[in-house]
Amino acid sequence: MADKTLDAKGLNCPLPILRAKKTLKEVPAGGTLEVLATDPGSVADFAAFCRTTGNELVESTSNAGVYRFVIKHVA
Amino acid sequence: MTDNTESGANAKSMTIIVTKGSLDWAYPPLILATTAAAMGVDVTLFFTFYGLEILKKKLDLQVTALGNAAMKMPMMGMHMAMPNIVNMLPGVDAGATTMMKNLIKSKGVASIEDLREAAIESDVKIIACQMTLDLFEYKATDLIDGIEIGGAATYMEKALKSDINLFI
Repeated sequence: MADKTLDAKGLNCPLPILRAKKTLKEVPAGGTLEVLATDPGSVADFAAFCRTTGNELVESTSNAGVYRFVIKHVA
Repeated sequence: MTDNTESGANAKSMTIIVTKGSLDWAYPPLILATTAAAMGVDVTLFFTFYGLEILKKKLDLQVTALGNAAMKMPMMGMHMAMPNIVNMLPGVDAGATTMMKNLIKSKGVASIEDLREAAIESDVKIIACQMTLDLFEYKATDLIDGIEIGGAATYMEKALKSDINLFI
């Protein structure tokens, strides 16, 4: 269970990333943020976002057109 | 704790020269600026010539298909392009703009207003070109608050120290 969940379904690039970055600030270091999105581009984008910012992408899955990412707030 | 999501001495930096003020061309610089800022990049945008339209207090950006042969709008499962002889008629630009704004809304794409707000919120540095203000007879008060007015040298000082410099 993630510490916080962000529903970014229906939003298109770059909004899921912008909202995730904003919400991540509310997650304590070491905590996790769950992001739900429908933008297919978010799969590559969340991986790139995490690699660049040093946050850890713990999970990246999809189910019935909804992409789910779990990000551990490291940096 | 190191926090590379905030701009610091070791942060990467990017500048973009923003020269276009149509609704479609306002997107690339603002999308890149806001995303880069979210990824910990120190961003500077230099708005010059028609790019200044994006900094107006009240935005009224339009799109035109005139001379834009690649512009095709999705319509009833097809893609519609129109000949220039039609695109030049009065009202066609307004219709294309309305169509584009409807698409933007229905596809969950951010509005230019929202992206501009996000850029300011994430400390993207905004410089408006003094020469363009003079040239087109605009006042600093026509533009949004919290921006800097400067010239080529102001931009160059930033660009020389930046990792990425783009011209859009």
